[in-house]
Amino acid sequence: MTRYLLKRFAAGLVTLFVASIVVFSVMEILPGDPAQLMLGMEATPEALNTLREQMGLNQPLLTRYFSWMGGLVIGDFGRSMTYSSPVIEIVAERMVVTLPLAVISLVLATIIGVPIGVFAASRRGRLSDAAIMGGAQLGIALPSFWFALLLVYMFAVWLRWVPAGGFPGWSAGIWPATKALILPAIALALPSAAILSRVTRTSLLNVLGEDYIRTARAKGMPKRYVLWRHAVRNALIPVLTIIGIQFGFLITGVIVVENVFYLPGLGRLVYQAITQRDLIVVEGVVMLIVAVIIAINLLVDLSYALVDPRLRTRE
Amino acid sequence: MSEAARRPDSIVYMAFTNRSFVIGFAITLFITLMALLSFVWTPYDVTVLPVANRLKPPSPEHWLGTDHFGRDVLSMIMVGARNSIAVALVAVGIGMLIGVPLGCWAAARGGWIDEILMRFNDLVFAFPALLSAIMITAIFGPGAINAIIAIGIFNIPIFARVARAGAVSLWPREFILAARASGKGQALITVEHILPNIASLLLVQATIQFAIAVLAEASLAYLGLGAQPPMPSWGRMLFDAQTRMIVSPTLAIFPGLAIVITVLGLNLLGDGLADVLDPKLRRER
Repeated sequence: MTRYLLKRFAAGLVTLFVASIVVFSVMEILPGDPAQLMLGMEATPEALNTLREQMGLNQPLLTRYFSWMGGLVIGDFGRSMTYSSPVIEIVAERMVVTLPLAVISLVLATIIGVPIGVFAASRRGRLSDAAIMGGAQLGIALPSFWFALLLVYMFAVWLRWVPAGGFPGWSAGIWPATKALILPAIALALPSAAILSRVTRTSLLNVLGEDYIRTARAKGMPKRYVLWRHAVRNALIPVLTIIGIQFGFLITGVIVVENVFYLPGLGRLVYQAITQRDLIVVEGVVMLIVAVIIAINLLVDLSYALVDPRLRTRE
Repeated sequence: MSEAARRPDSIVYMAFTNRSFVIGFAITLFITLMALLSFVWTPYDVTVLPVANRLKPPSPEHWLGTDHFGRDVLSMIMVGARNSIAVALVAVGIGMLIGVPLGCWAAARGGWIDEILMRFNDLVFAFPALLSAIMITAIFGPGAINAIIAIGIFNIPIFARVARAGAVSLWPREFILAARASGKGQALITVEHILPNIASLLLVQATIQFAIAVLAEASLAYLGLGAQPPMPSWGRMLFDAQTRMIVSPTLAIFPGLAIVITVLGLNLLGDGLADVLDPKLRRER
């Protein structure tokens, strides 16, 4: 088991390392000179050169990569030129919006989607199953940012229960801040919950068709016990994969939904940083998001081993 | 229907007696025909901007109203359908054509090939579609083609993972052992036994991915990273509608409905196909 864990962890690190090379090279081939862009077309060659020197743009490629990489390892993401402050500080500031939003949405999606899927599978073919799956179909088809627009129209413009957008900050108190995240979280969670309920149902139905389930039922085990002890546990592997996929999907959604609600999160930061050509910020944020996704996938891989002991020893 | 198609065990007969398939097929056909029709005819020309006619509610002249430039919303939705379908079709095609063989190969060979492929997959997988799209559009500029590339690349590891997961669970099964014992090679076994058995899994995934592709394209267009004006796209229409929602709420409703109906139709079609094509599920019903 320890070997399995170490192997997965090492693989995650390798992925992260290759990702850093990809991000760095992609940013290198971006057209335009960052120094020129920041100082404008009228900048003197001397000023440009000084800024390039300051930003380390005159150093060889490999030197720049390793100093950037070395910084990342110790948590130094460099210094943003447009915000004139360390990238890590800007990111931390934005993270307090994006992270709670993504986590609340994922939790909402899971606690809504999985039980609904199990319920639908256990009622296969009945009216309740058909109704739930019909609802799930609709949920999957719903673009989260359109759903967000409708929520804004209904709850902010029409009923005036919650703010239409913006974020007061956690210093304004937990409730006002959470209130600003409620609509975005619901908008993000609903489509994911719909997908999870479908995958759970499909996976569970596959398992319920297996011989060992019939055996368990035939030897007199109660239906509910068989469902939860044998079937759900085995059906969880594909569901876990989808939850992992959903997290990347949610981060994607966060970028768009943050724009609908004018939330000052990572999504808006990376979007603005690209238009301002604040490369160091883009690199930092992208690497951070990639690292989080790799970590989540690592956790998903590890949870396979918890759910299915057979996978622990498989090489 | 021909004699063969009328037999109850023929695929065609089963397909057209399957409710999901029929509804999904009808919706998808409708949207596709609408997109095709828009090449030759739309109620109004979307390249003309009759500004005096702006923000009109739905009426007999303009069934779905007009936008902030006075353009007919129905015509815009018709032209926008082309964009959504084309982007999603190509993007999912890229994902399946590259991802499924990769996943099957990894499952069949195992060992270091599996390891390298899955690590490579983790890498692509760690870049969500929108993140890679933002990076891609930052380099090459925004546009429909770059949206396709970004969404397509994102689809590859998803299909590879699903194909691999399905195939890995099949390889130790008895019927595969029997096929191996009879001297068949890995490629032949994959084509003859593995693929038919994971087809329904892939189809369900393809419908989800198609939905995601249409939605991702709309998101990109909403952010201004997809198809560029004056080319109408559903996502861009929603962006334009957002700031005018209080004056003209229907503007934000119809393009969204178009997305929902399209995705719903494609999903129902995929579900129906899965029912019809998967012999195991068919027996159980």
